[in-house]
Amino acid sequence: MSARLPRGALCLLLLALAALLAAAASAATDPLDALLRELATRRHSHVAFTEVQYLAMLDRPLESSGELLYDAPDRLEKRTLTPRPETLLLAHGVLSATRGKRTRTLELSAYPQLAPLLESLRATLAGDRSALEQVFSVTLEGDAARWTLHLTPRDPAAARMVREVVIGGEQADLRSVEILQADGDRSLLTTGKELPP
Amino acid sequence: MTRAGWAGTLALAALAAAAAGIAARARYTADVSAFLPREPSASQRLLAEELRSGFAARLIMVAVEGGDAAVRAQLTAGLARALRADPAFVEVSDGDSQGFARAAAFLLEHRYQLSDAVTPERFTAAGLHRAIGDTLDSLASPEGLLAKPLFTADPTGETLHILDGIDAPRVATRAGVWSSRDGRRSLLIAQTAAAGSDTDGQEEALAAIRGSFAAAAARAPGGGALRLRLSGPGVFAVTSRALIRSQVTRLSAVSAILIAALLLAAYRSLPAVLLTFVPVASGALAGVAAVSLGFGVVHGITLGFGVTLIGEAVDYAIYLFIQPRSGWRQGVWPTIRLGMLTSVCGFAALVPSGFQGLAQLGVFSIAGLVAAALVTRFVLPEWRPQALKTRDLTPLGAVLARALAKLGLARAALGVLALACVLVLLAHRATLFSRELYDLSPVPHSDQELDASLREDLGAPDARYLIVVSASDTGTALECAEAIGARLEALVAAGVIGGFESPAQYLPSPAMQRARAASLPPPDELAARLRQALAGLPVSASRLEPFLKDVEKARSAPPLTPRELAGTPAGSALDALLSVNGDSATAFLPVSAVRGADLSAAAIGQLRAALAAPEHALSPPHASARLLDLKAEADDLYGGYLTQAVSLSLLGLAAILVLLGVARSPLRALRIVVPLALAVLTVAAGLTLTGERLGILHIVGMLLIVAVGSNYALFFDRLAQPAHADLPRTLASLAVANLATVIGFGVLAFSSVPVLAALGRTTAPGALLALVFSALLARRAAPTAAT
Repeated sequence: MSARLPRGALCLLLLALAALLAAAASAATDPLDALLRELATRRHSHVAFTEVQYLAMLDRPLESSGELLYDAPDRLEKRTLTPRPETLLLAHGVLSATRGKRTRTLELSAYPQLAPLLESLRATLAGDRSALEQVFSVTLEGDAARWTLHLTPRDPAAARMVREVVIGGEQADLRSVEILQADGDRSLLTTGKELPP
Repeated sequence: MTRAGWAGTLALAALAAAAAGIAARARYTADVSAFLPREPSASQRLLAEELRSGFAARLIMVAVEGGDAAVRAQLTAGLARALRADPAFVEVSDGDSQGFARAAAFLLEHRYQLSDAVTPERFTAAGLHRAIGDTLDSLASPEGLLAKPLFTADPTGETLHILDGIDAPRVATRAGVWSSRDGRRSLLIAQTAAAGSDTDGQEEALAAIRGSFAAAAARAPGGGALRLRLSGPGVFAVTSRALIRSQVTRLSAVSAILIAALLLAAYRSLPAVLLTFVPVASGALAGVAAVSLGFGVVHGITLGFGVTLIGEAVDYAIYLFIQPRSGWRQGVWPTIRLGMLTSVCGFAALVPSGFQGLAQLGVFSIAGLVAAALVTRFVLPEWRPQALKTRDLTPLGAVLARALAKLGLARAALGVLALACVLVLLAHRATLFSRELYDLSPVPHSDQELDASLREDLGAPDARYLIVVSASDTGTALECAEAIGARLEALVAAGVIGGFESPAQYLPSPAMQRARAASLPPPDELAARLRQALAGLPVSASRLEPFLKDVEKARSAPPLTPRELAGTPAGSALDALLSVNGDSATAFLPVSAVRGADLSAAAIGQLRAALAAPEHALSPPHASARLLDLKAEADDLYGGYLTQAVSLSLLGLAAILVLLGVARSPLRALRIVVPLALAVLTVAAGLTLTGERLGILHIVGMLLIVAVGSNYALFFDRLAQPAHADLPRTLASLAVANLATVIGFGVLAFSSVPVLAALGRTTAPGALLALVFSALLARRAAPTAAT
């Protein structure tokens, strides 16, 4: 025999549902949340990249290329293949750089000035708003079809090196990462096609 | 008092005053020196030197635990700043990036002397092209970004190259200070100005750290929840000394009070109780004076053993006061004298021991027992007032005698017991003895565990393998280290060893530095080559003016010496690996295994071969290199001590047998020795069954069982003779003396100093068993006399 819900309980249930829907609706209206939620749906990514660095002391820009690998939520690997092989791996807050046989490891929390370089990208890909806002002040431009995130480092040591990180994308795809250094130098990384895993 | 009594008293007073004078001026230490051999081999001397005054002996590991993580990190950084300002500390490291910046500035300034990439080839046009191209490539990495400001002065990337060659410490950092991996401890390392063997200096340094911490914790909000933990060789030395001092004082006081209470109950006479302690005090004073005269220094642990003297020396006076006055000269004293000589024989065997602690114990006991016996014989009877009346213990003795008569059946059980003990020992023969040197350490196990855990947090494990280079001067030692380093690189590449450190990594030899300076071309030449080298690279020569200037400066810079490195992180690393002592210099090259802590026998063989290979004869003469396996050396040392302790004890036992065989008949000697041997056997089996592994101190304890027990056995031997003494009173005196001994050693068994506890746990039950077994195995002539 099925138990009938008393009228009062039913009302409470409806009220609760309504509150949940309202919360969801208000979240959906925040475009940054919407974008980050969209980005977070992607669990793996493996793309080619090219990077160009514009340094004032050099007569022409430096170019490099390689692959970016991402596994949600906190493993990001940047494999530079040319002109010189080097792998940067950010996993669980630890940054390791491998060149030749030598690997150097450092804890990101101890070097806040390095945080903008990879953490900006990882937190964006992970859709981790709180991690992003802990390190940067964030503003969003554009719409879902074509968006740009402006990230300004909060840590003074980081701000002395990096003025701003600008991440551009379309829908759930990240297209470019531009790092504007405090001394006027800048680098622009653009992603290419998705590679087979 | 008779004239002889006055003479004895005066002699005692004079000797006591002299001994007190010596004891007051004696040096007392508690460092590792007691565990080091008196005549060390070359490797042992190096080990000792390293333990006593090396860099490692001056390190104090400081940990702050508890409380809020942010408050803890802030307080630890503040503590590091306070200690840096204190001249008692040479260097304080806490992982702050300021230290890294200081190090980088030094490396940058001296990069052309320090970088091993500096060769004539690197400064040709082609070499410069390659080096500058590599540096440009690395600008994309985070490290490159950090090094970008250096580019115009250091386009060949020497600074990064040097940093690449140095293994960064593998310590986790949180909120700017070193931290344990679980994040519950903040850590720093302080290097004291005082040598590790300077226990007073170490104690002051520890007090300074505790003071700074207390002041900082009182100021910080929530600082009350923070706790300070310290460890390191200096901490061990200070703790041991304090521990031994407090334990000796407290345990001596406790056993003295307990024994005094026992004696008061037995004698019912306060003067007699006080007189009983006169031989004990004289013996202790004589012991300290003898050790001080013989060794120059009294080790703390020897004083600890000295407590045990109470246990035996107090017996002499007990026999004097409880047994009938009439038989003293003729019967009691000769028995005591023989017992004393027996003990002296046993302890004399320890004197030649290479283990200083054991040798000191031997000297201490011999001097102490002889003094106590002489005072009992020549002074005490004279001091005893004629009116002094102690309680007559005949009734107690009679009860004991009747009990003894009924125990005849138990004799048969002794054979079974002996067999059982032998079986137990045989069954455990593989694990019977402890082989760890640290078992001798007075440091409690909990402190040793804290030390191991802090070392793990700091990634500073005890180095096990060390290549030691001895040379006539710093330059030669460094040159030799460079030559060995080249061979070790080959072994690293071949996967034989995991890695190594060398002082030459931090300070190249003067010859090497001069060779590097000579690789740098003169200014005009360099400018010309640079123009050629930059063809095809995105850099203009005009931007690299700072580079040209720095190279010119480096060409004429004098070679760096340890003095210039002082106060930098490289300087403290160098201190750890290079020690200069008058007209000799020693370089240490720690070698690590590929995996784990131990190198395989094959790897050790290859390492030794690399050091000895004649075709690669070390370039500088007057230098020698050897491989030291610190753990093997230490274990060998301890294994040697243990074997020596066992064989010397057996020798002592043989001497006792000979003495008794000469003094009595061989058969009577056997009758005296069997119960003692049985007591030792039973105690050894008992300790093994409770899971203890026998170490040197257990062996010494067994020697003490024989020394003390021989008195009992000799009295039973005397009772069995036709011209027998007063059985009940002799029995009563033996019971009281035994109880006093068991109290003395029993108190020791509760000591928190492992070696003292081992001694107590062996000797207290052993002395009791020696009395019981001697009674059971005594000839039956006695009981009839009692009835």
